[in-house]
Parts: sequence; structure tokens; C-alpha cells
Amino acid sequence: MLRRTLNRWLGRDERRVDSRSICVGHRSSSNNEAFIPPKFCDNRIVSSKYTVWNFLPKNLFEQFRRIANFYFLIIFLVQVIVDTPTSPVTSGLPLFFVITVTAIKQGYEDWLRHKADNEVNKYPVTVLEQGRRVRKESEKIKVGDVLEVDEDETFPCDLILLQSSRDDDTCFVTTASLDGESNHKTHYTVPDTEKDLESLNATIECEQPQPDLYKFVGRMHIYKADQEPAVRSLGPENLLLKGSTLKNTQTICGVAIYTGMETKMALNYQGKSQKRSAVEKSINAFLLVYLCILVSKALVCTTLKYVWQNKPGQDEPWYNEKTQREKDTNLYLKMFTDFLSFMVLFNFIIPVSMYVTVEMQKFLGSFFITWDKDFFDPEIKEGALVNTSDLNEELGQVEYVFTDKTGTLTQNNMEFIECCIDGFQYKYQDAGTDLDGFCVTDGPANKVQHKAGREKEELFLRALCLCHTVQVKESPEQGQGQRDGLMDQVDGLGVDGKGLHPPPQEQRGFIASSPDEVALVKGAMRYGFTFLGFESKTMKILTRDNDVERYELLHVLNFDPVRRRMSVIVRSKSGDTLLFCKGADSSIFPRVRQEEVERIRMNVERNATEGYRTLCVAYKYLNAEEYAQADAGLREARLALQDREEKLMAVYNQVETGMSLIGATAVEDRLQEEAAETMEALQGAGMKVWVLTGDKMETAKSTCYACRLFQRNTELLELTVRTLEDGGRRREERLHELLVEYHKKAVQDAPPVKAGVTRAWSSANHDYGFIIDGATLSMVLNSSSESNSSRYKNLFLQICQNCTSVLCCRMAPLQKAQIVKMVKNSKGSPITLSIGDGANDVSMILEAHVGIGIKGKEGRQAVRNSDYAIPKLKHLKKLLLAHGHLYYVRIAHLVQYFFYKNLCFILPQFLYQFFCGYSQQPLYDAAYLTMYNICFTSMPILAYSLLEQHICMEVLLDNATLYRGIAKNGMLRWGPFFYWTLLGVFHGLLFFFGVRYLFGNPALQDNGQVFGNWSYGTIVFTVLVFTVTLKLALDTRHWTWINHFVIWGSLAFYVFFSFFWGGIIWPFLKQQRLYFVFANMLSSVSAWLVIILLILLSLLPEILLVVFRKPRGPHAGQLSQEGLLQTARLHLSHHLPIST
Amino acid sequence: MMASSYNAKEEDANHPGAANHAGVGVVKSKKPDNTAFKQQRLPAWQPILTAGTVLPAFFVIGLIFIPIGIGLYVTSNNIKEFEIDYTGANIDNPCYNCAKNFSWNSTAQCVCAVTFTLEQPFESNVFMYYGLSNFYQNHRRYVKSRDDSQLNGDRSALTNPSKECEPYRRSEGSPIAPCGAIANSLFNDTLQLYHIDSNGTLNEIPLVKKGIAWWTDKHVKFRNPGGNNNLTVAFQGTSKPVNWKKPVFELDPEDPENNGFINEDFIVWMRTAALPTFRKLYRIIQKKPSTTPTLPSGKYVLNVTYNYPVLSFDGRKRMILSTISWMGGKNPFLGIAYITVGSICFFLGVVLLIIHHKYDNRNNSADIPN
Repeated sequence: MLRRTLNRWLGRDERRVDSRSICVGHRSSSNNEAFIPPKFCDNRIVSSKYTVWNFLPKNLFEQFRRIANFYFLIIFLVQVIVDTPTSPVTSGLPLFFVITVTAIKQGYEDWLRHKADNEVNKYPVTVLEQGRRVRKESEKIKVGDVLEVDEDETFPCDLILLQSSRDDDTCFVTTASLDGESNHKTHYTVPDTEKDLESLNATIECEQPQPDLYKFVGRMHIYKADQEPAVRSLGPENLLLKGSTLKNTQTICGVAIYTGMETKMALNYQGKSQKRSAVEKSINAFLLVYLCILVSKALVCTTLKYVWQNKPGQDEPWYNEKTQREKDTNLYLKMFTDFLSFMVLFNFIIPVSMYVTVEMQKFLGSFFITWDKDFFDPEIKEGALVNTSDLNEELGQVEYVFTDKTGTLTQNNMEFIECCIDGFQYKYQDAGTDLDGFCVTDGPANKVQHKAGREKEELFLRALCLCHTVQVKESPEQGQGQRDGLMDQVDGLGVDGKGLHPPPQEQRGFIASSPDEVALVKGAMRYGFTFLGFESKTMKILTRDNDVERYELLHVLNFDPVRRRMSVIVRSKSGDTLLFCKGADSSIFPRVRQEEVERIRMNVERNATEGYRTLCVAYKYLNAEEYAQADAGLREARLALQDREEKLMAVYNQVETGMSLIGATAVEDRLQEEAAETMEALQGAGMKVWVLTGDKMETAKSTCYACRLFQRNTELLELTVRTLEDGGRRREERLHELLVEYHKKAVQDAPPVKAGVTRAWSSANHDYGFIIDGATLSMVLNSSSESNSSRYKNLFLQICQNCTSVLCCRMAPLQKAQIVKMVKNSKGSPITLSIGDGANDVSMILEAHVGIGIKGKEGRQAVRNSDYAIPKLKHLKKLLLAHGHLYYVRIAHLVQYFFYKNLCFILPQFLYQFFCGYSQQPLYDAAYLTMYNICFTSMPILAYSLLEQHICMEVLLDNATLYRGIAKNGMLRWGPFFYWTLLGVFHGLLFFFGVRYLFGNPALQDNGQVFGNWSYGTIVFTVLVFTVTLKLALDTRHWTWINHFVIWGSLAFYVFFSFFWGGIIWPFLKQQRLYFVFANMLSSVSAWLVIILLILLSLLPEILLVVFRKPRGPHAGQLSQEGLLQTARLHLSHHLPIST
Repeated sequence: MMASSYNAKEEDANHPGAANHAGVGVVKSKKPDNTAFKQQRLPAWQPILTAGTVLPAFFVIGLIFIPIGIGLYVTSNNIKEFEIDYTGANIDNPCYNCAKNFSWNSTAQCVCAVTFTLEQPFESNVFMYYGLSNFYQNHRRYVKSRDDSQLNGDRSALTNPSKECEPYRRSEGSPIAPCGAIANSLFNDTLQLYHIDSNGTLNEIPLVKKGIAWWTDKHVKFRNPGGNNNLTVAFQGTSKPVNWKKPVFELDPEDPENNGFINEDFIVWMRTAALPTFRKLYRIIQKKPSTTPTLPSGKYVLNVTYNYPVLSFDGRKRMILSTISWMGGKNPFLGIAYITVGSICFFLGVVLLIIHHKYDNRNNSADIPN
């Protein structure tokens, strides 16, 4: 992160110029002799982090930047330097293990990246150099090189298209690997470039590399021998991005403008910001507590040591003299090293292995999401996708769900329902099934009544056919044919595309960036107007009378979410220049003659309340003068290097005025499967669902009703431009007034229900739904005065928090993120989840704690930027209620258990210091110290944390309320933590003192022989391992064979290992401390008895709690589950309201 | 750190080359396997701890533990144990003079006789322990101050003991065998036990010095360098520990099987005690073949050759006579603990039964309207 910022910083210094100049083919222009070719980076893609040489130091550095690793390294170093009780191996080995495993993993990943990089970098490309075609490796491409790319090849860098083998100077491209959109996009050559690239003498001026895939501005100066240099504008339509693939075009030539790490693709993959889960924050807090415990333990021991040593004869009795070096050491230095030694002795309380286990749990656990066949969607043949495993448990903590409407709540599978032409409603009676019937001009199946007059009707349908950016998908055979045709052209035979027959209707497929457009074109087709496709710049349509009409496409005024409309300017055969415009009612109505509006507005509003997406269609004739003006304006704006967007917008607005409204369309966007059930379940689980949509209020509202987000009895609080304008006063005042009023209603008058776990939603006597639109939201958020702003924001938040659902319509993508951010940072910092499918949801997906992408139809950007991706909305229910819940319970238990087991591991060691003269004598053998966390107790908890289902999935899905039991990080709050710590302390005390009293008489064998200190430690350790494992066994509610294997296996392994370890004189050991200690221990009946007693006694409170918990009724979330589990199993069919 | 692997995967997939490779195979493999494991539907046993299942367990535990506890307690009580402090810290102690006049340099041995009376006869084998108090055999510096390879008969370790043995590693230029603080501080009081019979004569009670150390220690862990023969030669070039009066190969000159490193007194001492107050097995008094008790009640004299100073660190020395049962030496703790835990379990069982019974009734009645 730091490095990147630094790089960027330095980078900015280097090239502060905001545009770069490139000589096409490195031919510097004659009239610019002083031109020094600037230095650009080469075309090497480096996604790898390491090289062979810097791998070790760099990787180690990266790893030790993690606080935990660094801490363990320090402990290890202390052990090496200072004379410490445990050998450096005890902490060095686990650390070495962790570091090695991580390094190997990262090394492997980097090797994969190197491989992928090489594959890309060594890919052969064809470069045109002085008229010759040279094969080069991709990495050798320099900015300014002219490249030739063949069909189905990917572009090796960002290119400006100079020449295409297609005769219409276009080429088709798919950007599937960039944004997942598999439709073919048309790109255009720079107009008026010479066909002979060798003699082309041009420079390109373009902006510095920037990551936005859809933005590009540049200018091309073409120098011709004896003419003024011509200037051509360059836009995204001229730019071929690295990573996209050439389709349906034989070859193209282009000039490289951005290479290597400066390509838009590379700029887009510089990583996302890391999201941290709430559990991780809890872990860090707990760690801090344990660190305090550790330090205070060490301090206590050090202090007591020196107090004890002050008594005569204790520090250095005759039998235990110090070495000369110890005697010489400075007292204070000695104290310090003693402190460090104690730290080392107790450092196991903060386990290395916890990090490993948590990471493993997350990594392995996330596979269950990808493996879940319920997430598999047969339609797209894909299951769920996990982009980060860090947030698994966060799925169980969600409080706010922000959902997009289109494509998320609704299917984004548009169907043309009806249209209204000139105020008359045309409803397509879906009597027939196929489209053939509508090719017949006046067959009986054609239900178009000539209500509005044939002329108007046809104008409307023509508008539908022309005003779009849809492409006709070419069927394979046809593609072949076309390719042949193109070959012919290249060969100079000059065969035109005319020879191609229009494909049969059934095979006609349309590709468009938005499904609305396809629906409209298909709708028009039903009424007899078929769009046949483009032919160079001509659009062909087949009319009802089976005539092919041709229109020359002059300009496309692209759709953008701000304008919310798009237009085309076409010239008909007769020479008329027409502008067709379609767009949202709010953006069209002000731009048409008002007398036409009223008739259509009624229809539009009715359609909107029925949940349809409406678009209005308008047109206008442009006379020659008007057209010339518009044409000039558009061209000029398109050439502008600076503020091109703004200038274009101004021209668009200027052109799209004074139109006449022809009609409106209604397209149905069906709800996603089980959308309502899912939403109901989420609300039942205590989540608040906010719908953030760019759509208009009426449509969004009806969707909300359909999804049961708003019920019939929900009182809607509206805060929209319309309600603001009601009073006829200033908006600001009205806003203030409304906010206060709603606040009073929703917050103050609401019965004081306690927020949190036990909130009973269904019983709330009043449900409020809140509706706000984009414009009002920006007023709330960016109020004129600073004080008002924060006050409004507060009021707004409080209202929203008291409403069951909130609907925000007319949102710009950034506003969606703003809302998420606002809620995220509000009091109590609730966990937010965003779900969406389109590029416009990316910002909110990135902003929320958990971002979920739906593998929908609007491209793949959402999926790419999400943390989890699922094929359908309905999968969200299982993802949250089952997977999320289980993951949370698993990891919370894992964390608590880890702290617990290490506390009761180290506590006896601490207590032993009081009996060994505070000399840092370890209680356990080094092998036990090392293996405890690695081998003896790690596997059962890992298995638990992967497989546990304290409540089975079906029950979780059926009872959404169970989700509330773990809300607000319920199992990792201080209460449960305190409980676990107490348990650990209790166990530790019990183990130590139990054995301490047994050793009141160390003659424990029936032959009168005595046990020593290692036997003491081994007995404590045996009790410890068994208790800790059995405690987990007690908590396990879901015993699969793996659990059995791992739990009993661990215990068996411990016994086996102890025998083995004590059975041999190990030549590499300095001291044979445990030689036959374990076997001798087992030969003592007393040892057996004390082990059994202590294990039982430690587990007794646990068992008691389990039993006592149930009749007392659930008070903590964690506790309630056992009870619920039982009852839930008994009454599977009942919905369970949580008592208390 | 694991998350990075995902990022890597993602990045890879975005390289055109990689994407093309993946594109073909993925479609088929993307359908998740319908295996029980992957679908988290492994057959599972789902035990639920309820009052119903736990209650019998409580009673069973109670019923098992209480008899065991009583058994343990009775056994422990039947063990006869006699303990006498012979440190000589007080003026009225017979060893007071020995303790007071102790000097490392004196060659003369100080002997003191402690008389005591056994009220009850000791049946079967009697074990004689010496006990030390406030002696930190578990001090870290002490515990590690030994060289196990030397003790295992390793010749190189014999001449070059481990550094852990400092400052008891070398003396006057030659390596110490056995080195280290533990060996150096070997308990070297000699205890002799006499029975004063009715006519006042002292009968020495035979003390067996074999079988006091762990079998494995004696036969595997501790080895003399070069076998048990001719230890004098084997230990040539080494010097005795500074506080010892005689070298290691003279620990028991009469019995080559008990000499050198495999001397059992030495082995017992080398097993460091767990707590600062401890006892170690010194001798065994074998049961007599006749029916007479091993140690009949009456007066005894303990003859102590006082070599081992403990007063400098405020320590105490004891001689303990004890019989042994199947559970080891006398220790009422286990018995009491078992009885207590057993009773608690039983009591809890009763309490739970009552609660369970009450609750169950309430629960049932509450269930009816459902």
C-alpha cells in the first residue's frame, strides 16, 4: 500500500504533463524536429511480486510485517540471545513452519503469476516496421509500434485502431476477460487515415493512462506532405483495450499507445483494499487482553523472584551456585533478561497456531460455499464464487442489506408488455407463441388496431427499430459467409454485403449492453418491424409491408445514467434527417411539446405502478440547418481533449429539445425467483433491507411491494422531490419540516423497543417504509450549511433505522456508496452487505463490509469486485442464514477455544513458578510445549470449525429468527470472552493444584518409588490435553466420522507420542527428561485416578451449564441455541418466536 | 494470507492466455459434486445433552466415585507412616551439634543418634525415605545442570561434559564426573536404623538399597563408561564433584552392579523432585518371612552420619518410614477428593432431578396449547 502510494507519488513527479504524444510507427513529423521521443514503459506485464533473487528477503520482510509474526520472531530472538527456559526450538519450529508454509504458498502463487506473465509477455505479435512484418515477443512492443492483430487474438496492449480489414472501417471486439460482457462491441478506425500505413505520418496526443475502461480522450494529427495537418478526435470507440479479443474481423492494424503496466487492464488490477471482518477485530482485542495478561504475569514473576531472592540463602544456596557469567551480570540487566525469560516461558498463551488455524479455517471453509450445489444455477452453469475467504463469518453478522433492484430483485429479463402510441394503449395479446405470425402484414394474429393512425404507429415502431445500439448476432454459418465475403473484399473482388440474405427470423438474436433495448427491438418485431442490422453505417429495417428500409446512421447520442436517455440521428432514404430519442419519462417530458404529455403521462404512471419499466419515445425532424449545427457541435465536442464529457453533454442537451412525443413503452422486469421469500427471510433474520436503485420511484415501489418489503399496512414516509415541491415553499424548508415530522413519527412515537437481539419485528404495531430519491438525498447529505447537514443526516439515519425497509430511488452509483458508507459509519457500526449485479453497483459493493455480486446479465464487473458472487438472489438466503451463521459460530468458537486452551495450558506453568523459586523452570517438557498447539489439540478444533453444525442447515433456513441469536458479534463479545477466560483459569487452577496435592507425597507407585518434576508436568499435561479435547467434544453438536477420527485420533496420538518420545534415548537431546516418565506414570494407580478425577471435575461445570441453561431460558445468544435446537427439532413445522 | 491466493487466481484469470486455458475446462467442472462431504451432509451423530441424559450420568459418577473415594481413604489411612526431623535446628535435637559444627573441610564424620518410638508395628515391606524441605531441586539452574550423555556412559561427554554443567563442569583442570549441580549436591547422609529390643540391645535392621530407582533409569538411562568393570580405570582423568567426599566409582565399592553412575542412591537423587519439599526413597526394609511385623512397635535408634548441610538455606531433613499400598504412599487427598466429587455429583443429580421434574411438568403443560 505504502509502496504503491509512493510509486504513484514519484510517478506523478516524473510526468506531470497530462497528455502524452506518440509518433505512429516512430516516424517523427517533419515539422516538429525538436521532438524528443518520450520514454514509456515497455510492454512487460508484471503481476508477479518476486523474482528468484529477491524472493527470500522480500517475502520474509512481507511476512514479518504482520504484527503476530513479528511478535513471534522477537520471542524467538529473545530465546536465542537470552538464556531462556525453553529452547528456541519450541517457538522457532512453529514459526518456521508457519513462515515456510506461507512462503511456499506465496512462492507457488507467484510462480503461477510468472507463468501467466510469461505466457502473455512472450506471446508472439506482428509488428509492422518499415513496411515489413516482424514477429516479436509481446513484451518488446514499444509505444508507437504499429501492430497487426488477427481474428480471435487478444490485443497485446492498448491500441488505437488504424485500419480494419472490414470494409466499413469497424472491427468487433469482445471484452469478456475484461468485464465479462460477451457481446460484440464495435470499434471504429480513426476516420480518414490513409490505407497505406507505411506512409502514414501522424502523431497521437492522448491523456495519461487512467484505469477507467470506458473513458478515453485523444487527438490524432495526420501530416500529409503538402497539406495542413488534419486533426481527428479519438474516443473509447477507437481504443482497443489489452485483454479484449478481436472477433468477426480478419485483421486490424493499430498503434500501441499504452503498454505494459500502463494499459487500462493492468491499471485496473492493482488490488482491492483489504476488508477486515469484525471477528478479526475481536481477535485483536482479545490478543491485547492476553498480551496484558502475559506481561503482567511476567512482571509479577520477576518482582516476586527478586523479593524471594532477597531472603538469605535462597538466591544461591550451596547446592546451586551461579556460573561466573551470571554473577558478573549487572543486576538491572539481569532483571530485564529475567523478565524476557518469563515472557518467553508464558508466550504460548498467544499461540502462533491460532493464526494458522484461523487462516486454514477460512481458506478451507470457503470451499463449502463454492461446493454447495444449491448455489449452482443450471442456466448459467455456474455455482457460487468466493473472491475472498476473509469474510466468511461476516456473512453471519449482517444487519443491513443494500440491494440493487434491476437484475438483483428483478430478473433483468425484459419482456415487452405494451406500448402507448399517441395516448392509445396497445397491448400485445400473447395469443400466439412465435413471432412468425407478425411478419404477416395484416393477418388476424396481428392485433395492432389502428387506433392512433397508421402513420403514427409506424413512426413509433420505426423509432423503436432505430433508436438503439443493438447488434444482430450472426449465426455461425452466416458468420462464415460474411468472412468469405470479407476475404473477397480483401482480394479486391469488391463483392458487397448485399449478397447476404437476411437470416430467417427464428435465428435472429440480438446483442445489446442493456436488455431493455433487446426487449424493445423484439417488441417492435412483434408488431412487424424487424431490425435487420447494420450495413456499414446504414441501418436496415424490415417493415410490415416486407420492404427493407435503409437509414443512414449519422450520430448516436449515447445513453448515460445522468441524462437517462439516448438518441440517434438518422437520414432516411428520402433525405429527411430525423432524431429519435428514448428515455425515462422524467428526462423526456420536459423536452417535448407539453400538450402531448398529459395523454401519455397517465399511461406511463399506470404502467409504472404496475411494476413495469417505462420509456418514452420522441422524435423530431431536423432541417438541414439544424442538422449542420448539431453535426458541427457534436464533432467539435468529440474532438475536445479537455472536458469532452461536459461539452458533449451540452451539445446533447441542445440537440434533444423541442421534440414531439410519440409514445411510451412498458417493459416488464420479472422478479427474481423467490425474491419475496428471500426478502422476508432476511427481514425475519433481523436484517434491514434497503433497496437502492437508479430506477424511478413508482417502479421501485411496486417492486418493493411485490417483494413484500413493503406490506399493505406499511406506512410509507416519502421524502422525494415531489413531496418537497408539494408545499410550494422552498425545498430546504420543506425538507427540514418533513424530516422533523417523520422523525417524530418513526422514532419518537415508536414504542421503545430495545434494539438488538430480541427485537420482535412482527409485533411492532407500526411498520414504516421510507422512500427517498437521489435529489433529496443529495440535499440531505450536502445541505448548504454545515450544521444543518450533520443534523439532517442524523435525523435521516434515525428515521431509516426505525423503518423496516428503505427505498432509495433515482440513485447515482456514487450515491449508493454514500448511503452504504453513512450507515456503515453510524452508531454501533453495523455490518452492511451490498448485493448487486451491474457496474453501477460496484461502488456500493466495494464500500460495504460484504459485497455480493450476482452473476447477472449486466456484465461481470459486480462479480469481479465482489467478495462473494452467487448466481441468483434466492441464494442469498442460504448464504447468510445457513453458511454465514455456521461460519460465524464456527470461527467464534474457534477463537474462544484457542484462547481458552492456551490459557489453561500456560496457567499451571505460571503457578509452578511459585514452587520453583521463580526460576522460569518450565513445567512441561519442550516437546510437549511445542507439540501442544501443533499436534495434540489443533486438529479437533480445525475439524470442528469446518464441520460443526450446531443447528442443522434446514432448521437454520426455516427459522430465520435464529440468525438474530448471533447478531452484533454475539459470541465474541466481552461476556462470552470472560466466560471462556474464567473457564480457562478454572481449569488451569484445577490441573495444577490437583496434581500439587497429589504430589504432597511423591511416592505414587506401589513399589515405593517417587516421581519427579517431569512426572508432575506430564500428569498435568495429560489432564490438560484430555480435558481440552473433551471440552471440545462436549461442544460438538455434529459428530461426523471426521470429528470422531480427529478427536479420538488426537488423544490416541498423544498417548502414542508420549510412549514413543519417552521410550527411546534420543541422541540429539541434551537431556533425556521424559525417559519412561509417561510409562511410569501409567503404572501408577494414583496417577490414573487423579487424571480421571481432574478431567471429570473440569468438565462438570460445562455439563451442568448445558443442563441448567435449558430450563432457565436463553439469555445469551450462544446459550440459547442449544435450547432452540431442541425445540426446533421437535417442532420443525412451527415458527419459533424467541421468548424473552 | 490465504486470501492472497484468491487474488492471485483472479489476476491469473484476467490474463488473456490464462483465461483462454481456463475457459474450456471450467464449464464442466463447475457443477459442484454432490458428495455428502462437499454438501456438508455427512451423516452425523447429534448428541444433545439434556437433563434426561445427564442425570443418570451424575448418579453413576456419584455411585462410582464415592466407593472409590472411601476405598482410597481407608487405604491411605491404613498406611503407616512415621516421620522424624533430624536437621538439628533446635538445641534439643540430637543432631544439633553436628548441624552447628558442620564444615565442608572437616574429614571427621559427625554421627548423631536419634531415638524414636513406633507406636504401632509396621507390617509388610517398609520403605525408608529421606525428606528435604526448602530444597529447590526444581530450580531451573539446578534442573538443567546435568549431562545425560555423560551419565549414559558416553566417553566424549565424560571427558568433555556439557556446558549446562557450569559451574560444576571442571575442577582443577579435569572434567567432573558426574558433572553438574544435581550430582554435586548428592544427598550423602548415611542413615542406619536400630531396634532397641526389650533388653536394651541394639539390633541393626537390614536396609536393602536395591530397587529404589526406576528400573529403566538403572538399566538404560544410566550407564557406566565402558561397562561396570574396573571403574577406576574408566573414570581415570576425571575428578570427583567438589562437594563429594569420594569419587563416583567408590559410591558402593562392594557391589559393582551398584557402583559408579548406576548407583541407585545416585540415580534416585538425579530424578529431580517436583516441589521444594520432597522425599526420596532411601532404603527398603524387607518383610520378614516369619509372621512378626517388619518393624515391631517399640523404640528405635536412627544413626545419622551427618554430612549434608541444610541449615544454610533454612532447609530441613527428615527420615520417613512408611508402608506402601497399591496407591503408593500415604496421601489422604485422593480419597477425600473422590468422596467430595462423588457426593457433589450425587447431590447435583438429586437437585437436577427435582428441577427437571418440575420444569418438565411446566414444559408439558405449556406445550399443550401449541
